Amino acid sequence: MNAIIFSAGWGIIMMFCSFLVRNKSSFRHIAVVGLLVLLVVNILDSNGVAVFHIDSKNMLAYTRFGLLFNSIAIASTLIYVLLSGKDIARIGSYAAEYFILIFFVLCGVAILSSYNNLLMLFLGIEILSIPLYILTGSDKRNLKSNEASLKYFLMGSFSTALMVMGIALMYGGTGTFSLDVVRTETGLYKGVSFLEIIGLLFLMVSMCFKVSAAPFHFWTPDVYDGAPGVITSFMATIVKVAGFIAFLKLCYGRMTTTSTAIDWQLLFAVIIIATLLFGNITAIFQQSVKRMLAYSSIAQAGFMLFALFSLNDFASKGLLMYSAAYSLATIGLFAVLVKMKDVTFEGYNGLAKTQPVLAATNAIFLFSLAGIPLTAGFLAKYYMLASVVETGNYIWLVVVAVLFAAISTYYYFRVIQAMYFKTGEPQTENITGSFKFGLIALAAIIIIIGVLPQYLFNWLYF
Amino acid sequence: MPIQYYIVLAAALFCIGVVGVLIRRNAIIIFMSIELMLNSVNLMLVAFSKMHYALGNAANTGTPVNVGTDAQLFVFFIMVVAAAEVSVGLAIIVMMYRNIHSTDVNFLNRLKN
Repeated sequence: MNAIIFSAGWGIIMMFCSFLVRNKSSFRHIAVVGLLVLLVVNILDSNGVAVFHIDSKNMLAYTRFGLLFNSIAIASTLIYVLLSGKDIARIGSYAAEYFILIFFVLCGVAILSSYNNLLMLFLGIEILSIPLYILTGSDKRNLKSNEASLKYFLMGSFSTALMVMGIALMYGGTGTFSLDVVRTETGLYKGVSFLEIIGLLFLMVSMCFKVSAAPFHFWTPDVYDGAPGVITSFMATIVKVAGFIAFLKLCYGRMTTTSTAIDWQLLFAVIIIATLLFGNITAIFQQSVKRMLAYSSIAQAGFMLFALFSLNDFASKGLLMYSAAYSLATIGLFAVLVKMKDVTFEGYNGLAKTQPVLAATNAIFLFSLAGIPLTAGFLAKYYMLASVVETGNYIWLVVVAVLFAAISTYYYFRVIQAMYFKTGEPQTENITGSFKFGLIALAAIIIIIGVLPQYLFNWLYF
Repeated sequence: MPIQYYIVLAAALFCIGVVGVLIRRNAIIIFMSIELMLNSVNLMLVAFSKMHYALGNAANTGTPVNVGTDAQLFVFFIMVVAAAEVSVGLAIIVMMYRNIHSTDVNFLNRLKN
């Protein structure tokens, strides 16, 4: 409860700051302080210290898993604001508003990591999405940004309409919005009803839209490409993994209890293969690194879908690992990307000569995304595949996934090849020492998680 | 009236909305179709709410139970969220109109390549 109230509250405080504070650069500092406060209260919450005691009538259920995910999301946002705060403030002329909207998105993330009722799922998704529609279009004079914003808005509200239809049908079938339905053999709502299955299918389609799983991924490359680079970084990382956490909770709550009526694993297997196929194959042919990262985020979503496929202990641990590894690496890559003048592969030519620190850290982020051992990305992929092996069904999925991971190294290594083995004069903006230091710290975090994952998982139990 | 009538009506409205989103090319009309979809869901929720209320009270003959009231609350949340979406969505469409003087979504192809 702490995180939900503090993030919404800090957003409102910053709204007042936006007209009381004249100095534009101070908004960044206010946002960093807010995120630190948010992180502290959320960690306090996971240790049983609640600032607000509000009885949510079981609409929100706090688990260590959800709270740990929330901490990861807030910490990633903190790193994101520290690295790219100046670029966020420079998108347009309303520096404070961008930070305010990020706080409101975090409020949605906090709801999604703890919901126990379909009403809260709906509200969380909407609180998450509506600020993002604005953020996507925040570069008002840029036609590409406008177009991305309109496209995202139309697709997003269409999928929301599908979601509420699904919730209504599920309500018709079970008579409750709660995630944990008591199914009895006798009584009013016995067994699994047809309406509930149809509703769950609607809900699944809508969630696939939100996490950009194929065949509902077609909006993703356009929107990620058109949005300002710093905003894409936020959308592709924190928002996407929040969607996955919500999806995972939904699967645990409703799909496990209806698996007698429909084979969810088969459906997920089809979606996983389609997502991996579309994401990886189209990423190969991209000329712009930004667009390549958009497709790579679809491909990574394919890996995260394994958690929803297998639904066991490995899967939830692996999703936490994946959200940390994927978010941190992608935030780092985008932080460098927005500093580049030319975001095609040619623009990276010879970066190792002129900016060795940027090139080296970038290489570590790309290693992590590709899943090279000693980085967090390797363990994340390992946990995902191990969860599939543990379920015992569809073992061939593991082989397919490894093949696609091998394909993905091609387009990740193209960036490394451009940076190290080609000559060119890359144009970058002014790189400060603190930015370099931040990148090195981020790369160090990725390696530490990759070597000593227990530091992350210990939070789950202690 | 039996519940089926309401379900069929809501499903028909929903399908009209889906078809509208898929075939119309004007951003505002697409947006109207989405609103139609949301409102069909409202209708369905209210119908289910009454159904569960009737079923719950038919099952136990003692004191009346208030099952089914949560769906009516859900309807209000959908209305509020739809209003928030309208304010953001129309602002985006206006921003688009100022730049290209059109609300036709066929113009949205700059990002394709």
